[in-house]
Amino acid sequence: MFMRTVWLIVRKDLTVEVRSREIAYTTLFFAVSCVLVFAFALVREGVPPQGASAAVLWIAILFAGNLALGRTFERERQSETLRALLLAPASRPAVYTGKLVGLVMLMSAAEVFLVPLIAFLFQEPLLRHPFRLATIVVAGTTGFAAVGTLFAAMLVRTRSRDMLLPLLLYTITVPVIIAGVGGTSSLLQAEVNDDVVRFWTVLLVCFDVVFVTIALWTFDAVMAEQ
Amino acid sequence: MIDFDEVHAEDVSHHFGRRRALSRVTFTARRGSILGLLGPNGAGKSTMLALLATLMRPSQGRIAYGDHHDRTDSAPIRARIGVLGHDLFLYPELTPFENLAFFAGLYGLHAPAAVASAALERAGLQDRSSDPVSSLSRGMRQRVALERALIQDPRLVLLDEPFTGLDDRSAAALTGRLVDLRARGAIVIVATHDLDLAEGLLNEALFLRDGRVVERRANPEGLRAVYRSIMARPQPNAAGQP
Repeated sequence: MFMRTVWLIVRKDLTVEVRSREIAYTTLFFAVSCVLVFAFALVREGVPPQGASAAVLWIAILFAGNLALGRTFERERQSETLRALLLAPASRPAVYTGKLVGLVMLMSAAEVFLVPLIAFLFQEPLLRHPFRLATIVVAGTTGFAAVGTLFAAMLVRTRSRDMLLPLLLYTITVPVIIAGVGGTSSLLQAEVNDDVVRFWTVLLVCFDVVFVTIALWTFDAVMAEQ
Repeated sequence: MIDFDEVHAEDVSHHFGRRRALSRVTFTARRGSILGLLGPNGAGKSTMLALLATLMRPSQGRIAYGDHHDRTDSAPIRARIGVLGHDLFLYPELTPFENLAFFAGLYGLHAPAAVASAALERAGLQDRSSDPVSSLSRGMRQRVALERALIQDPRLVLLDEPFTGLDDRSAAALTGRLVDLRARGAIVIVATHDLDLAEGLLNEALFLRDGRVVERRANPEGLRAVYRSIMARPQPNAAGQP
């Protein structure tokens, strides 16, 4: 029943997104604008600063992800469908997991466009190790979305959610972003040090395990109305 | 699957911070009956429904569903509760069929597509089954929302202002559906301040004011006159004295 609930919620979220394309357009537009601004500011006479692409990638993921998180739960709030999800006998951790998986998929879709764009604008070999990069990006996105999904759900009925969500999210996910930047930078070195890449990747996976476990543990209590 | 014949609220109080929303409310709603929670805005009707729906826990007191308690059997109890809120709990981008099939799946029903088709037939909306919910009229959306609330054949049906925004035909259809639910043995609890539509429908009425039960009537008649006389009474103080 857990996996069935996760699948139902993921499918529902993706169907809603395919119909509205709201999150895809806003996050992608925002992320691309962000990358372009950095490219114009940092690339001088066609020469980009070395290693900047890793930081730009993760800043774009951070900001665009925050936007996607807000919209995902705003949708559930508008028709009070979040209440309907909580009224169902489905396991609440399964509801959380479904929302998380849907969000990671949406963010990953935006990242598929972002990575080649950054590689092109900053002329860095981001795609030299595609599978390793994909592992780091997906692990970082999962850690970020794991915390974000919990906070976005928690703040959905709060008036100051637009201010509180980035405040809480950025504070707690700083280690994930640092590890993401570290891992991505290590892939850009002329001689890739496997141990360094492995260190950052394992660190990101550890963050994911910790954040997802805490979120699954607390989601039921967090969603109880006061 | 658990089942129960009555819902009993005993001395239920609820506070939002320092604000008291409900104070020592006690009642029993039985199978095959419609209980009305009547009162002005802010009387505590929606809070009572949220507590009965297990969305919140009472600050004090307890709610029992037959022999079951929401602290121990929360998910199985929720499987037997259908809620139609003031908001319709529907995804506007999805079609009525997709909405109903999604919730049928979420309630663990077998063959959600068949269940959704049958529900659409009951709502008389087969011909609009593939239009997005956002394109339906308020009355049609309400019919879909009612079918969503009843998709798992609940024992306890909670309705919060179900007649809001409905034309006469839709309101009459909803009333008919509630009477049918009562005949089939459901426990129906309706929070409303639409007294004309509630007239003749209720087996018991609970009049709430400032979170307290100020009057209860079995098989109430002349609801508007009763309501006016009750609400015109002086406000009781915290100790319950007039």
